[in-house]
Amino acid sequence: MSAQAHPEPLPSEALLETVLVVPGMHCAGCMGKVEGALRAVEGVASARVNLTARQVRVSHAGSVTTPRIVAALSGAGFASQPREDDAAPPPSAARALFAPLGVAAFAAMNVMQMSVGVWNGADGATREMFHMLSALIAVPAIVYSGMPFFRSAWGAVRRWRTNMDVPITIGVTLATALSLYETFSGGHTAWFDGVLMLLFFLLAGRTLDAMMRDRARAGVDALMRQAAPGALVVGRSGTIEWLAARDLVPGMVMRVAAGERLAADGTISAGTSRFDRSLLTGESAAIPAAQGDEVLAGTLNLDAPVDVKVSRAGKGTALAEIARLMEVAGQSRSAYVRIADRASKLYAPAVHTLALVSGIAWLAMGAGWYQSLVIAISVLIITCPCAIGLAVPVAQVVASGALMKQGVMVKDATALERMAQVTRLLIDKTGTLTLGRPVPDSRALDALSPEAAAIALSLASNSSHPLSRALAEALAQRGVTALPLDSITETPGHGMSATHAGRKVALRRPDASQSMATALDIAGEPVRLIAFADALRPDCAAAIARLKAMGIEASILSGDNSAAVATISRETGLLAQCAASPADKQDAIARLQAAGERVLMAGDGLNDGPALAAAHASIAPGSASDVGRHASDMVFLGESLLALPRAVAASRRTMAVVRQNFVLAIGYNLLAVPLAMAGYLTPLMAAAAMSSSSVIVVANSLRLARAAR
Amino acid sequence: MNSIALLLPLAIIMGSIGLLAFFWSLRRGQYDDMDGAANRILIDEEAPLP
Repeated sequence: MSAQAHPEPLPSEALLETVLVVPGMHCAGCMGKVEGALRAVEGVASARVNLTARQVRVSHAGSVTTPRIVAALSGAGFASQPREDDAAPPPSAARALFAPLGVAAFAAMNVMQMSVGVWNGADGATREMFHMLSALIAVPAIVYSGMPFFRSAWGAVRRWRTNMDVPITIGVTLATALSLYETFSGGHTAWFDGVLMLLFFLLAGRTLDAMMRDRARAGVDALMRQAAPGALVVGRSGTIEWLAARDLVPGMVMRVAAGERLAADGTISAGTSRFDRSLLTGESAAIPAAQGDEVLAGTLNLDAPVDVKVSRAGKGTALAEIARLMEVAGQSRSAYVRIADRASKLYAPAVHTLALVSGIAWLAMGAGWYQSLVIAISVLIITCPCAIGLAVPVAQVVASGALMKQGVMVKDATALERMAQVTRLLIDKTGTLTLGRPVPDSRALDALSPEAAAIALSLASNSSHPLSRALAEALAQRGVTALPLDSITETPGHGMSATHAGRKVALRRPDASQSMATALDIAGEPVRLIAFADALRPDCAAAIARLKAMGIEASILSGDNSAAVATISRETGLLAQCAASPADKQDAIARLQAAGERVLMAGDGLNDGPALAAAHASIAPGSASDVGRHASDMVFLGESLLALPRAVAASRRTMAVVRQNFVLAIGYNLLAVPLAMAGYLTPLMAAAAMSSSSVIVVANSLRLARAAR
Repeated sequence: MNSIALLLPLAIIMGSIGLLAFFWSLRRGQYDDMDGAANRILIDEEAPLP
């Protein structure tokens, strides 16, 4: 509709396509606003939002530049950035399964209608025709929709291993071959409907599993791309242009505004400021740096704009060093075996032995080759892990959907399994236990007169300095409204000044203060000092108490100095290890895990990356660094720390339901297998048993919809 | 027997049409954005029709 609605239809060859990531979209209203804002831009032919991937695809004329599109979106209230080419979403795992699933469903339904005819007593030529038609539909459908299983089974067998797909493949192949033989020899029973239904249920389980991983990844990818790594680069002729972090090379000069993060390591070539290195080291005190001093990528410029000459970019930075440490740490976790694979390791040999034993037993008791083979195959079909294939994925999909509604994103398919096993919590201080940003002391704000508070808000709201923004936010939350001020000026590195009703007012750097603070200076009144501290997250005590009730002891593992950690340690009543380097953190986890503990690491910073990757399970807040979010299994949004006990409780409940599902699925086998071994099993009974056990497993898993409350 | 000879191919043909329609929608990318499709119905289209 957009193309027709536009006043001048654009020639199609002139159209360019740009894909932007818009992480803030989450509802129909947002979609409408984003698409509407983009279509209002002159030269844009169409805009289409993909809500799942949090992206918008814009097709536009060459005259429309990317910054123009970004500006239009920010005008509508959405932060966005062009998708990096290498950050294009990996192909979806679920999509490849849709077509086999559709074919299996179609063929199962059509074959079933003919099987019903046979079960109702069709015989002679009619039955033969029904069997022929069934074979005609079923054989190509089985070959096509069984491919995902055949491929995976072949991959396992080739390496002398077995997985869930090996018994499936053997069962499906033998049952199809037997049914074909029956069809062409005018026999009584064909198993085509059973085989197709088996494939359909198994594919449904696989598709759900893949969809869960896709959805979690899409959410996290959107978060990942949010932090724009890049910098304003000053050219030789004084021009300033924005370059992505990967395009930075040593020798370039970056202009870093106050409140911005550095995109590369370098030395300051002009200006002085203070830098917050908490993301890199966990150290909370700001570090002053002047011309000639070295500053590191990932640190936050606090006070004043500086020019930084890039010395190392990309893979050479201190940041990349941490990433390498992390890669090594992550290898221990990849050794984890999923519960479904562990189950199939026990299950597959049992099934094969059972089928073989019953075939041999019938042969020994004097039955013919044909009858023994039929019985062996019917045992294989009835034990094919149809409900078992659904047992794990359905429970995980429902639970992760429930967690996502509560703001916890499950990134890894095995995360729920590992999270359910944790016995110990190590938690980082800055940014995880605390909010990771300065919050003004509420006592200092209480002491302000209404007029002084209004002046402070007016001054603070005109600055982009981190402390000003924190102050403005806190005051606005208290219901303070701003006053009109005259001649507002901002002096970088010093503060804001203005006049109000003829009096000079200023919000400036305090004359002498060790801690983070700002001074509110109103002419004729004493100077008021407003101290800032990194406050604990809300519900911190409640979250720790709940974890303790679940049997999980917590302690702090921080890279910050001992004084800062001691304060938090007293407030929370937790033991703490301070001044820990990234490698120290990794060691602490290794020690605990060697002692038999299963460690849950909660952290956000770059310095937590290796620890997050090494721990049995890990969780990071949504405000964490890219590295923190990347390395962790789960990401929680919002400020409340209650997400931690909630995630652990939901994981434990999920695993309880998975175990129930296994009992239900295997219980059905225990009932049906003796019938099959005794030779009483008919295709009708197999079909009924298979679908009812699958439905029971799905229904049991749906109870998890409220697991994350 | 005659009715079966007519009904069975008819059922299979109709089923195949459904299957082809599914493949067509899959190829056209209609399953790419399930969340978006669910929400899109709530958007008010206020622009006047041409």
